[in-house]
Amino acid sequence: MSTVEPLLQVEDLQVGFKTQDGFVPAVRGVSFDVYPGETIAIVGESGSGKSTTAHAIINLLPGSGKIAGGSVRFEGRDLTKLKRNEMEDVRGKLIGLVPQDPMNSLNPVHRIGFQVEETIRANGLATSKRAVRKRAVEVLKEAGLSDADTRLRQFPHEFSGGMRQRVLIGVGLSSHPKLLIADEPTSALDVTVQKTILDHLESLTAERNTAVIFITHDLGLAAERAENIVVMNRGRIVESGPALEILRNPQHPYTKRLVSAAPSLASTRLGSRSATVGLASSATPAGTPVPPVIEFQDVTKVFKIRTGGPRSIPFTAVDKISFQVPKGSTMALVGESGSGKSTAAKLLLKLEEKTSGKIFVDGVDQDSLDRGKLLEMRRKMQVVFQDPYGSLDPLHNIGNTVAEPLNVHKIGDAASRKKRVLEVLDQVALPTSVVSRYPNELSGGQRQRVAIARALALKPEIVVLDEAVSALDVLVQAQVLELLANLQDELGLTYLFITHDLAVVRMIGDYVSVMQKGAIVEQATVSEVFDSPKQEYTRRLLDAIPGADVDLSA
Amino acid sequence: MFWYIIRRLLQGIPVFLGSTFLIFSMVFLVPGNPVLRMFGDRTPSPEQIAALEAKFHLDQPFLVRYFIYLGDVFQGNLGTTYAGQSVNEILARTFPTTLRLALLAVLIQLIVGVLAGLISGLRKGGIFDHAALIVTLLLISIPVFVLAFVAQWFFGIQLGWFRPTVGSGAPWSDLILPAIVLAALNMAYVVRLTRASVIETSQNDFVRMAYGKGLSRRRVIPVHILRNSMIPVTTNLAADFGILIVGATVTEGIFNVPGVGNELFKAINRHDTPEIVSIVTILVIVYVFVNLLIDLLYGVLDPRIRYVK
Amino acid sequence: MSSKNPVRTAPHFVAEVDEGGLGAVDAVRVSDRKSNLWLDAWRDLRGRWMFWVSAVFILFIVFVALFPTVFTQVPPNDGCILTVQNETQAAELGVPVGTVISDHGPLPGHPLGFTRQGCDVFSRIVHGTGTSLSVGLIVTVIVAVMGIALGAFAGYFGGWIDSFLMRIGDIFFAIPYILAAVVIMSMFLADRNILIISLAIGFFAWPSTARILRSEVLRVKQLDYVMASEAIGVSKLRTMFSHVMPNSLAPVIIISTVGLAGAITAEATLSFLGVGLPANIFMSWGNDIAQAQQSLRTAPQVLIYPSIALSFTVLAFILLGETVRDALDPKARATR
Repeated sequence: MSTVEPLLQVEDLQVGFKTQDGFVPAVRGVSFDVYPGETIAIVGESGSGKSTTAHAIINLLPGSGKIAGGSVRFEGRDLTKLKRNEMEDVRGKLIGLVPQDPMNSLNPVHRIGFQVEETIRANGLATSKRAVRKRAVEVLKEAGLSDADTRLRQFPHEFSGGMRQRVLIGVGLSSHPKLLIADEPTSALDVTVQKTILDHLESLTAERNTAVIFITHDLGLAAERAENIVVMNRGRIVESGPALEILRNPQHPYTKRLVSAAPSLASTRLGSRSATVGLASSATPAGTPVPPVIEFQDVTKVFKIRTGGPRSIPFTAVDKISFQVPKGSTMALVGESGSGKSTAAKLLLKLEEKTSGKIFVDGVDQDSLDRGKLLEMRRKMQVVFQDPYGSLDPLHNIGNTVAEPLNVHKIGDAASRKKRVLEVLDQVALPTSVVSRYPNELSGGQRQRVAIARALALKPEIVVLDEAVSALDVLVQAQVLELLANLQDELGLTYLFITHDLAVVRMIGDYVSVMQKGAIVEQATVSEVFDSPKQEYTRRLLDAIPGADVDLSA
Repeated sequence: MFWYIIRRLLQGIPVFLGSTFLIFSMVFLVPGNPVLRMFGDRTPSPEQIAALEAKFHLDQPFLVRYFIYLGDVFQGNLGTTYAGQSVNEILARTFPTTLRLALLAVLIQLIVGVLAGLISGLRKGGIFDHAALIVTLLLISIPVFVLAFVAQWFFGIQLGWFRPTVGSGAPWSDLILPAIVLAALNMAYVVRLTRASVIETSQNDFVRMAYGKGLSRRRVIPVHILRNSMIPVTTNLAADFGILIVGATVTEGIFNVPGVGNELFKAINRHDTPEIVSIVTILVIVYVFVNLLIDLLYGVLDPRIRYVK
Repeated sequence: MSSKNPVRTAPHFVAEVDEGGLGAVDAVRVSDRKSNLWLDAWRDLRGRWMFWVSAVFILFIVFVALFPTVFTQVPPNDGCILTVQNETQAAELGVPVGTVISDHGPLPGHPLGFTRQGCDVFSRIVHGTGTSLSVGLIVTVIVAVMGIALGAFAGYFGGWIDSFLMRIGDIFFAIPYILAAVVIMSMFLADRNILIISLAIGFFAWPSTARILRSEVLRVKQLDYVMASEAIGVSKLRTMFSHVMPNSLAPVIIISTVGLAGAITAEATLSFLGVGLPANIFMSWGNDIAQAQQSLRTAPQVLIYPSIALSFTVLAFILLGETVRDALDPKARATR
């Protein structure tokens, strides 16, 4: 076994980008080997240089990027020294690529068949028209797409994200390369789709003994899919080695932090009240003794979808959902994209009007509110959205942003408002100096904390968290979740927590409602759902959590 | 695609009715007697007034007049000039020349514009790119009639490469200089738009994937970068065509090209309002029609548009 | 775990901890620079020579337009002579009696020579500046007011109001605005003035501004901060003015600067065609260029000078528009 030569040897790789401030290094002296047939994962947060490393290997850096030093030896040849046309022969044929974002990685104006066939021709897998077509059908079949013949005639926008990624995997593996670079291949997909795609990728590469470089931000995913992992931080490798060993016994402080923050690996409820004291007494939330702060009764929302033709078809986004949230607890609405979870949140916030059903807040029927009462209700109920870049007005400074709810509801005078702004900023652990700053001076996590501060300014009872941590990097995500849990303890807040990520639910949720196609398919406490899921769909969601079956204790 | 075509055609109807109605109202809803207004500072004879009043059915209510007029247009009766010439005849005589000139201009604009834009975009920041930036900036800033005069004076009179004015029968060789002048402004826009969209398209994930799956530069540039960059260039052709119409009026006037634009140019100079209105109406109808064609072409170029929207 | 057989056992590598440790996760960056869209844009503009060249040139032509007599004492229209008829004129111009002044080259006090009518070219150019700028400004105001009002209205309310306004816009857009202005102007031959010509141009030029603002409003409207503002309890109207409009205006500013250049060109084109401002009352570069056409072969300079004035003025506004666009739109900056 030791006689096997490495397929790829990356040695002291240095990559940087030309910017207005000069040459900014992005990868600083990275070295690792990939052996034939093995899967290696490069793990890191955004900006760690993991994708840049991958792109540097096949010389696909964006315009301003440049390899500044080091070597990339593939079967003995230094790829950094190859001429353009030599590199074109390596790409596709010897090293395949599966890109990050399936939605944008297929050219929208060409048919799927065209894009598969041009790959086959470019890599000389077939030449005659019929042979190319035949091979294209094979590629799609191998990628797991049924009725490949008709699929070839369709355009990318007629495909779902998962189907597009299958096509791209098929294309990446079509010429049986020796190495496949998979750059976050499933981060844009729903978890259940993610799992089947990765399983498929794994079986294809195992069959052909293809080596894989797997780029991911998810430590759990990396451990589940790769034998060896490389952990990167700020352009450097901080730790590398066998996956399980690193997970069980991380040495570097950064890796330790990353392992403890990974939601897919962690399993405890954050905050002082880790066992949902007093709430777990009853089996179902419906029968809890604490009066519900939020109650949905058979709430339905139907949208009219305009088709190309003259008619519009009704689309039931939320289908007769009912749930109750007791005071001071967290109800997590979990579902994949299109499950109706965000619409449900908007119905509660009255940002959308429901079609039928009843919503009660503090026992008050939301339909009975007049304008004044509605404003009062808005005071009690605040929201934090997903996108930290979109949720703050770039033209208002942080002080004004946080003060806006106080101004709208005419609370106190100028001095007391200012005091309150500083108070809530302190609660979300931001220095008071940020009041005069503008959103684009802050990082994503900081913006999200500003959004939380704005939500807290009015001392609400309910906070709707609509994918509030989904866009954040692992460490920052853990930090914000911690903050949310602490605030809940201190202020007795009730959370409606909307997420697609079941793993995060364990860290913040008390009750879970699993949504699928607009309906709630399972509803229970977090521990019940995690320990004994009743529904097949819930089980599939749980199964799909990457790294769930990685045993850390061994 | 079917519903897309149907919808675009249906959307074309109100635009057609609305725009002709708008021109009609501009003429007949101005304060004062519209017939007298048409003569400006000249004094018409009572017969002329009577003839025009009868022609425009001034005794009828406004809306009725519009529909009579619309009916006339549909039957191909576009009225007469002051001098008593039939506008139909004028158009029949002049339209082919303008069509040839416009065709030549559009070809120059697209071929030179797209090519220069592509090179600029692929070699962003290079010498060619900088030169193209300066030249297009100048072409956008210089009004078409100034450009026409400068070209006429320099290439026609000083260098003698072209005839300064178009000879009888308007041979293709005489149309080259006016066509270049006519194409210049749009060409500058095409260069800039192509450049910008080539740069934007090149940054797309699918371009990286195209290289990643082993395609050569020679394949990726035309098939993935240029092809996609043509979509915004095509949609902008509609606006280009508006500029072309106005440009044709000026260019044909200056180079004495015997086309529709020249007729309009002369009519404006003569202050022959009935003829101006007739020709402008025809040009607007052509414009609406060309817009519709470009919209349909857009649907062909971008498969996404046929389904969504 | 992977189903594959491991090829090797990789060594467990641990990097040394960096000097100064890892630092706190997500610490607030310490910087004194405040930044928001407008401040950033200004900082960006300050560093561009194209901005300063165009801005200084525009300030200069505004000054010329306001105070033409600082630059020339010669009247642009009165006292134009075709030939030198008496000794007084001869002494004044320094040429013998009988000299043809029409299309004559430069003479002392007349640096750019004379037009076909024997008027001073330099004086006509200086006095024409005001005409061009006033038309440009008035048209820009008309277009901006109509475009912003209708575009914002359509974008914010959506639904049938939006469809209706946008169809109206389509109709106006279907008539090239110079052609429309030709028709309007030929209906107002007897009483043409700066306001009429500005209205004639502006009345058909607003749809593109309205379209751009509408699409910006639609884009901003679905951003989370607008929804957040509504969830807080801010009224729709107040959200519109405090969040949506300020974030939608940048493209309108850009298109207005370029549009100002377009309006100046449009006025010159109309005057050139003969339906613009009457040459005997208003000094207009377009008119002068049209008149110079007759002497193109003999005295091209009569045509060249007003052409240069016109082109440079247009160029200055286009340059300004371009630099402002680059400064306001980071995406455009990247493609530059």
